[in-house]
Amino acid sequence: MNTQNMISSVKSTLKSFGLPRIIIGLFLLLLFILAPFVGVNIGTSLSDTLNRFGMNAVMVLAMVPMIHSGCGLNFGLPLGIIAGLLGGTLSMQFNFTGPSSFMMAILFATPFAVILGWGYGQLLNKVKGGEMMIATYVGFSSVAFMCIMWLLLPYSNPTMVWGYSGSGLRTTISTEGYYLHVLNDFFSIRLTEHLTIPTGMFLFFAVLALIIWAFLHTKTGTAMTAVGSNPVFARASGINVDKIRTLSVVMSTWLGAIGILVYQQSFGFIQLYMGPFYMALPAVSAILIGGASVNKATITNVIVGTFLFQGILTMTPSVMNSMIHTDMSEVIRIVVSNGMILYALTRRTEATR
Amino acid sequence: MHGYFLYEGVECLVETVALCNVRVTTKIERIEYMNEKEAPLLEMRHISKDFFGNQVLSDVNFTLKRGEILGLVGENGAGKSTLMKILFGMDEIHQTGGYGGDILLNGEKVAFATSIEALAAGIGMVHQEFSLLPDFSATENILLNREPLKYTVFSELFGERLNILDREKMTEISEKAIKRLAVPLDPEMLVSQMPVGHKQFTEIARELSKEGTGLVEGIKLLVLDEPTAVLSEQEADSLLKAMRLLAETGIAIIFISHRLQEIIDVCDTIMVMRDGKIMKTGPSKGVAIPDIAKWMVGREVNTSAIVHRVFDYENKDIILALRNLWVDMPGEVVRNVNLDVYKGEIIGIGGMAGQGKLGIPNGAMGLFPAGGHVTFEGKDIPLNSPRNFLDAGMAFVSEDRRGVGLLLDETLEWNVSFTAMQIQEKYLKQYLGGFFKWRDQKAIEEETNGYVKQLEIRCTSTKQKAKELSGGNQQKICLAKAFAVAPKLLFVSEPTRGIDIGAKSLVLKALRKYNEEQGTTIVMISSELEELRAICDRIAIVSDGKVLGILPATTDSAEFGLLMVGQKSEMIDGGSV
Repeated sequence: MNTQNMISSVKSTLKSFGLPRIIIGLFLLLLFILAPFVGVNIGTSLSDTLNRFGMNAVMVLAMVPMIHSGCGLNFGLPLGIIAGLLGGTLSMQFNFTGPSSFMMAILFATPFAVILGWGYGQLLNKVKGGEMMIATYVGFSSVAFMCIMWLLLPYSNPTMVWGYSGSGLRTTISTEGYYLHVLNDFFSIRLTEHLTIPTGMFLFFAVLALIIWAFLHTKTGTAMTAVGSNPVFARASGINVDKIRTLSVVMSTWLGAIGILVYQQSFGFIQLYMGPFYMALPAVSAILIGGASVNKATITNVIVGTFLFQGILTMTPSVMNSMIHTDMSEVIRIVVSNGMILYALTRRTEATR
Repeated sequence: MHGYFLYEGVECLVETVALCNVRVTTKIERIEYMNEKEAPLLEMRHISKDFFGNQVLSDVNFTLKRGEILGLVGENGAGKSTLMKILFGMDEIHQTGGYGGDILLNGEKVAFATSIEALAAGIGMVHQEFSLLPDFSATENILLNREPLKYTVFSELFGERLNILDREKMTEISEKAIKRLAVPLDPEMLVSQMPVGHKQFTEIARELSKEGTGLVEGIKLLVLDEPTAVLSEQEADSLLKAMRLLAETGIAIIFISHRLQEIIDVCDTIMVMRDGKIMKTGPSKGVAIPDIAKWMVGREVNTSAIVHRVFDYENKDIILALRNLWVDMPGEVVRNVNLDVYKGEIIGIGGMAGQGKLGIPNGAMGLFPAGGHVTFEGKDIPLNSPRNFLDAGMAFVSEDRRGVGLLLDETLEWNVSFTAMQIQEKYLKQYLGGFFKWRDQKAIEEETNGYVKQLEIRCTSTKQKAKELSGGNQQKICLAKAFAVAPKLLFVSEPTRGIDIGAKSLVLKALRKYNEEQGTTIVMISSELEELRAICDRIAIVSDGKVLGILPATTDSAEFGLLMVGQKSEMIDGGSV
């Protein structure tokens, strides 16, 4: 009887945590255990994992408002990223340097995010039920449109434009001298030679996460969750469903813009043109692996999901490479990341905690 | 979306249509087939069935002899279709834990695992909805997938899949089946070109033809599920004649219909079901429509605790006035409603399904496009906006609990508090001069717990999700949600639909209590007249989108019945009581 109770309580705990999360978590743990045996430095691996977590977490967080309002997963994340790119390039164009360039990038990105997000929200309100499909194409087409614009917009900062023609932005622009590592180096803790904790980046994410968490506890946030849960109920309670949905899309787009800036300051480069094209899928998979469903997501889902997804993405190539002694890291990275996306999309069991 | 608005379970009123549906049917003298010594063709013994603890059939017993026509009547939800599904061994029954009791066919116990086995045993069924291919002829439809085949050279070479249809034989079989019905049905006519009655005949002919193709040794029992619902009178008459002809050849028929006159005309035996039990089985001779209606509808609503009260209309103000209200609600269109509601009363709105009674609150609230004037406490309420309706101090408990009434995936706390929070800023802590409105978890919890106690809501905790509750408890949550807004006027739509009798009386009592203690005016819309009569002060009957008349609740139910079918008596004075 006692063992039965124990088994059932273990079962319910496992169930509440979600089987996919457990499997992926165990796999990640296995990779960390294997790493020292195949000659991979555990400190470097951990450092990389933490870094990548910080780089991507805000973009994963950008999924939350839209999921709450029932707009589904934000496959239109590239739109927010474009707002962020505009902010970043404008900040550099006006020659802001150091930490102030990052602040200005956020400031410049905000109006773009609000305007683009508002239009995107209006569009999604017209296609209720098919949001995710439309969102995907909004993302793709906006990227294509911006491919033209990056060439035509009158940017002139010599660090950004093509050297030979003097006009049109380069495909990759270094953030060095501007906002490279402004967050990473903020109070960063160097534990060992290989292991550094990017404190500033974590703090920045924590602040944004706290804001979202708090927002979801306010009157409007409650309305947003209700709209996602049952729009007819919300309407019958006097809520303007379209308005709330638009607000959520604007929030998601803005977070996407901030997310890419955080990513760039750590990565060191601004990637234009096709750069934003595939940014949505890893973020979508991360939140799904974190235990979110299409209309329920929590901050915990964001943290757990980003850590698991980025952890595996960092660890698998390095461990596998060392095991088979050939450089296949790129191939393995692609296989693993797409495999994870597939896994996440097919197994979206909602976790209850 | 449409699914929400197709109302089932309100057919007791539809069935009273039969009252006025006087049909000219000549009663054909029938050959008595009933040999008393012969074992009955079908016997169902102590049949019981529950769906996850919800008893839908209990101790159903009946026998059916060869050539007997059994009329099966009852409200929707009375258990007719479940009984037929059990007989047919439908998957749905097996998947929900099977059934209790025995089925005997020709004295032998049978238990069909699939409906194919039931067909093989000689039971045919014609469903209410047609399952015909529109671009195929009657013959092709009748013999679909059972066509007689001819061998050709190719079938020698490539196997049986290259057999060709034996058209001549097909026509022969279908003609034979049609002949048994004695109806003028052209076997070559395409289904898409047929009048609706002929489609029904095609369906029946298909069942009959099964004995001609070797699948079945002979059709013994035919179940016709509301075959006349879509037919015109002449078509229905010829169908009834065909049924008699079939019965004379020894086929037993179970005939389900809401048209009571037909049942009396054509059936040998009438069986009335109500709430999963057989209320009455007896020969149709000498039975009158009102008798059947009474057996069928006379549900015992446990209203013993609710006493009729005398509401004093003297010096009472009109709190709500509806003028020329129209509402475009699919299936419940309101055309022109004028209604005055007095402060403090409970007014009932009744009427048959689809006549527009549900459209009134839905339109007033703004959930469906509406026009006209709604005046509340002397102020005109702009229509088509739920916010204005709620801000004015009205609330609405929707008939569509799961679709409109609840956040199924959220906690009970959220369900109860949400509307009040959004409309009246209750349960909120305000910071920074109201810029930041924080959810007050403690206040929400206290309020919800209060309602859980007050309304006896059965739940494990207030954190439970609304979808995990039973229908009755969900309804109480919906009421709690409305009570939390503390409305001056409460619209309650079908408050007892789909909930068991115990919960029903609790819900009704809660409404009456709320009305008496808080002085809230209640407008209650229900398909169940008895329920309205139990708690309302006066009842308006809606038909064809208009208010036909308003009667005091103490009026005899026959009077209401007449009103529903459009016959006004002198008692009705159109509005004021």
